[in-house]
Amino acid sequence: MFRRLLSLLCLLPLAAFAQAPSLQDVLQTQQDAVEKASRKTVDQVLAALVDAQAPGTLEFIEAWGDKRVWMRKDDKLFFYVVTDDNQTYTLLDLATRDPAGTADKRALKQLKPNSGVRSVLASYLVQFQLSDPDPARRADALTAIERAPDESHYAPLQASVADEGDATLRARKERLVRLLAVQYAPDPATRIAAIESFAGDLGVDARSVLNPILASTPVLDAPDGANIARALKPGDDLDIDTAFDLALAADKVAPIPSVAERKAALEANITDGTVGGVRLDLLNTQEGRDRAYAALSHAGTVPDWQPGLTKAAAIADLTFTEVYAEPDPAITDAAAATLASINRAVGLNQMLDLSLDALSLASIYFLAAIGLAITFGVMGVINMAHGEFIMMGAYTGYVIQQIIPDYTVSILVAVPVAFAVTFAAGVAMERLVIRWLYNRPLETLLATFGISIALQQLAKNIFGTQARPLTSPGWLDGAWVLNDVVSISYIRIAIFVLSLIFLALLLFILNRTRLGLEVRAVTQNPRMAASMGINPDRINMLTFGLGSGIAGIAGVAIGLYAKVTSELGADYIVQSFMTVVVGGVGNIWGTLLGAGLVGSLQKGIEWFNPSNTLAAQTYMILFIILFIQIRPRGIIALKGRAAGD
Amino acid sequence: MSTLLEVSGVSVSFDGFKAINNLSFQIGPAEMRAIIGPNGAGKTTFMDIVTGKTRPDEGRVIWGDKSVSLLKLSESQIARAGVGRKFQRPTVFETQTVRENLSMALKNKRGPFDVLFYKRNADGAARLEAIAEEIGLTDQLPRIAGELSHGQKQWLEIGMLLAQEPKLLLVDEPAAGMTPEEREHTTDILVEAAKTRAVVVVEHDMEFVRRLNCKVTVLHEGSVLAEGSLDHVTSNQDVIDVYLGR
Amino acid sequence: MQKSFLARNPSVLIFIGCLAAFTLAVTLLSEATGATFISTSFVKTLGKTLCLCLIAIAMDLVWGYCGILSLGHFAFFGLGGYMIGMWLMYERTKTIVTNSLENATLPPTADEVRDAIGTQIFGVVGGAEIPPIWLFADSLFAQLALVVLVPGLLALVFGWLAFRSRVTGVYLSILTQAMTLALSLYLFQNDSGLRGNNGLSGLQNIPGLSHISQATLSIWFFWASAVALALGYLLAVFVTNGKFGSVIRGIRDDEARVRFLGYNVEGYKLVVFTGTAVIAAIAGALYYPQAGIINPAEIAPIASIYLAVWVAIGGRGRIYGAVIGAAFVSLLSSWFTGGGAPDVPLGFYTIKWTDWWLVLLGLSFVAVTLFAPQGIGGLIDKLVRKS
Repeated sequence: MFRRLLSLLCLLPLAAFAQAPSLQDVLQTQQDAVEKASRKTVDQVLAALVDAQAPGTLEFIEAWGDKRVWMRKDDKLFFYVVTDDNQTYTLLDLATRDPAGTADKRALKQLKPNSGVRSVLASYLVQFQLSDPDPARRADALTAIERAPDESHYAPLQASVADEGDATLRARKERLVRLLAVQYAPDPATRIAAIESFAGDLGVDARSVLNPILASTPVLDAPDGANIARALKPGDDLDIDTAFDLALAADKVAPIPSVAERKAALEANITDGTVGGVRLDLLNTQEGRDRAYAALSHAGTVPDWQPGLTKAAAIADLTFTEVYAEPDPAITDAAAATLASINRAVGLNQMLDLSLDALSLASIYFLAAIGLAITFGVMGVINMAHGEFIMMGAYTGYVIQQIIPDYTVSILVAVPVAFAVTFAAGVAMERLVIRWLYNRPLETLLATFGISIALQQLAKNIFGTQARPLTSPGWLDGAWVLNDVVSISYIRIAIFVLSLIFLALLLFILNRTRLGLEVRAVTQNPRMAASMGINPDRINMLTFGLGSGIAGIAGVAIGLYAKVTSELGADYIVQSFMTVVVGGVGNIWGTLLGAGLVGSLQKGIEWFNPSNTLAAQTYMILFIILFIQIRPRGIIALKGRAAGD
Repeated sequence: MSTLLEVSGVSVSFDGFKAINNLSFQIGPAEMRAIIGPNGAGKTTFMDIVTGKTRPDEGRVIWGDKSVSLLKLSESQIARAGVGRKFQRPTVFETQTVRENLSMALKNKRGPFDVLFYKRNADGAARLEAIAEEIGLTDQLPRIAGELSHGQKQWLEIGMLLAQEPKLLLVDEPAAGMTPEEREHTTDILVEAAKTRAVVVVEHDMEFVRRLNCKVTVLHEGSVLAEGSLDHVTSNQDVIDVYLGR
Repeated sequence: MQKSFLARNPSVLIFIGCLAAFTLAVTLLSEATGATFISTSFVKTLGKTLCLCLIAIAMDLVWGYCGILSLGHFAFFGLGGYMIGMWLMYERTKTIVTNSLENATLPPTADEVRDAIGTQIFGVVGGAEIPPIWLFADSLFAQLALVVLVPGLLALVFGWLAFRSRVTGVYLSILTQAMTLALSLYLFQNDSGLRGNNGLSGLQNIPGLSHISQATLSIWFFWASAVALALGYLLAVFVTNGKFGSVIRGIRDDEARVRFLGYNVEGYKLVVFTGTAVIAAIAGALYYPQAGIINPAEIAPIASIYLAVWVAIGGRGRIYGAVIGAAFVSLLSSWFTGGGAPDVPLGFYTIKWTDWWLVLLGLSFVAVTLFAPQGIGGLIDKLVRKS
């Protein structure tokens, strides 16, 4: 088969010059074999076609496989057919596709080669396509093979590699050859080499060809020379019922009626209020029932069974083993070793992926918490309505998108507007409420609770309870894919960048500006700062506005990947608090570390228990409560008198 | 003379700043001692260390006949061991009556359940009256402490200290903000107290220290600069340089 | 000079007198005695309100007196409810299952009954096994003990960890809130063994008492709640009135000073925190059989925040203030959210109180904090002092 293909390939360029017999002529020499094609005859037809090199041969093979070739019954000639109303059929010449008259349906016979024939035809086509001059068609052929690899692809694919001019396609072909070699290479040495070549490979395709090699089934008394994976102990590695069924099928044990079957048998044999001589009211324990059944079985009424006879006991002396479907142990060993190395590599990359996830979560927590940390640090005030400011920012973004339809522009507008809105809200709150409650931190906490409750309900009244979308611009769709394991969405990268910008901006404001100097002074010693001529009132107001403004921007960022609801802020507030508590108060770096710790902790716990994010949050909170034991004032704590015991 | 409290080689620093530097200090069971020193000399930090509020980086603090290390005890345990402290600003419980304040300080079992099932008794009442008498607040017993004058609050706090029956009294600037008459009264209370126990007074006011008429320790930059009678230390050149001669 | 406890605390007699009169009046006017003035569901609402007053007392002790703004006491309340709910649900399901298996050809074995109960209770979360935490669910006395032990132990462990690391003030509030959130999130999971977000239901049916009408049962629970509230009030007055009250108020005002007086502040806080957690749990165990259903949403941190709101509006540091606040705000709240309050047409917009009540509550809470930090109790005190 393979040699014939080579000859075909060599002849192809000549076809244009040789004045060969027409396709129809060649087919007519094989008329019977074409009309009643079978696995046996199809090779002979193909050989004839290859020898003749008539124009249109490839198209014919493709059409034949697709059942698009018809035969006129009276002269047994072959045609393609087009029809518009299923009544009159226009015949087309095989070589030229020119119309060659019409015919009634009854005068025609459609060629319907069976699946065996079709697969031979298809693999021939693949051979042609793999060497097709058009790179797109070659790529299509590769995709087709990748989707449904088959033994027949291996040889032609391997042959086509050498002549492949396109470097990308060549690389694909080489990889595909190796993938096919794993399963289909004729000699074990090639297979093992192919298997081992995938050591540490991250591709899903590599794992999907390697895993089937290790497919195994449990068997009873493995035959000599079987490729044994491991011994199985029923009850531990093997389900008792499965093991028992295996033994039953091998006639090693007699059937044992199950509890339910025994109960049914008892119910079927009630006579005069007794079963097997046991009164019905004594059958309310398993022991009583067992006694009754044993009596029945002794009398021969029901299948044989005695108390104490269980499936586990019945198969206790039998040996079960797990046997690989693949007979060659060298190959299974190689596959197991390679898969182990792949799993190590995948594990490492999953760690990397997880770290990226954690980083992006941390940047969100940082954005959400930094405002809180600043206000707490400077004013000693915990703003319970901080979450509602986040929500306010997200809704601001939503409203802006209703006004400005262009997503890119609207997001660019939404960020400063959200800042302005929440800044104003923060300043208003500071002036109206918080200012009057300084030095009463618990009451501030409660008053801001009140505001939080009111704002949340207000948002519900205005925007309803259903989630509102905040759509990200098109260029933020999709993800940055590093390999089959590691990828991160552009939105998350954007949020990461945004938080970096804010980190830099805040560091600049706090360390390089007059405002920052005054803020730091008030944080460290409010009374001293006041006596130095700093107006703490103004500083408090600005700080509170700044903290709230950043919450607004965090809201826009969070809204981009989570739905905007009135509970949006409440969902993040506890994590934000945790970040502040863990990081320590009044220090940007502390918040950054806190966000990093809380974010990676949450992702880490999710990794151990991926199905259950609720549990992850539970354990994270528990961890933080324990963390407080070690560092009651957070990672970066103010020391000495400034800590103000 | 045996020692009640022995502090030796104690150092503590906050963010690199050495508040106390290799400080050693000792006091006997019935002794009055004044500690003077400029601002930042470590006077308050010294008290914080003795009362367990601040843990020193190194050094030993040994207490009593049984030579217990105070560093292993919590604040409340130290207080129960017999160290009483009066803060710079008067800190009494302003929402409670003078009687309640004193009753809380009265030496008794301190466990939550002991206190919950505590029964008022004649003996306790008598002790309470005696202390009120000593600090001159007998008439004020039913009043809310927040309504007292500044000086009265200072006395109330000293009264609370006396009610604890401590072996060592640490008093931080007791005369700050008092009228001359009030000062005199305060001096009397302290001198009286020092007859039966150790009293350490931290004070700025030289006149007040002179009236206490006791041994003086001068602190400077976290260590002892000089020790002796007031006349002795005031004639010490080092002391004059850092403290008096500014 | 030694006066009796009651003589020193005349408010106790007044309170208990009022409570007794109220209880009698409600009983006489309820359906249980044939009158129709108060519906059974309203008797239950009143009974539940009494339980809320009891937990408000606990909150007042821990916050108003000891200065610990706990946002976790409703979690203890809920846990108490869950513990009694387990017995109620298990025993009732057992009755149902036993009845349905009565006509089976063979009498059921104990295992079959257990399996059927498991399927009945846990089918809704895709399980059939009875989780190990239901080990004692068939014993009323064991579950009653757990009502006290589970929340008590949780409070003890959490309090010990938090207090020994000297977490105070807003930090502590946030930590208690985190604990509450963790607990409610845990209970939301289907494999928590407590039916996930379905919670426990049918708790109004008391096993073994199916022959007694709900009208009568509601009065029984109303009486039980009233007795619990009276005992809680007495206990709270006893605790706060003596030297112990002095010490915990001292801790509230100046923790360090109390420490330097030789009191082990952490121990006191732990006693108060755990003790009030137990009171909260008992209140919850009385509340949920009247409510009929408990689910994790009840425990969500916001519930504990409302609790703080009640106590603040009623007036902290006064036991009767907590009771007034809880009764007033929770009844008002159910009046507004239940659609009892008339809508206010403004022409261009109609204010529906079901939508706007929370806004009003939030804002009035801010107003109370700003303008009447002593709450309603503070106003009463002022009036009493003037007269």
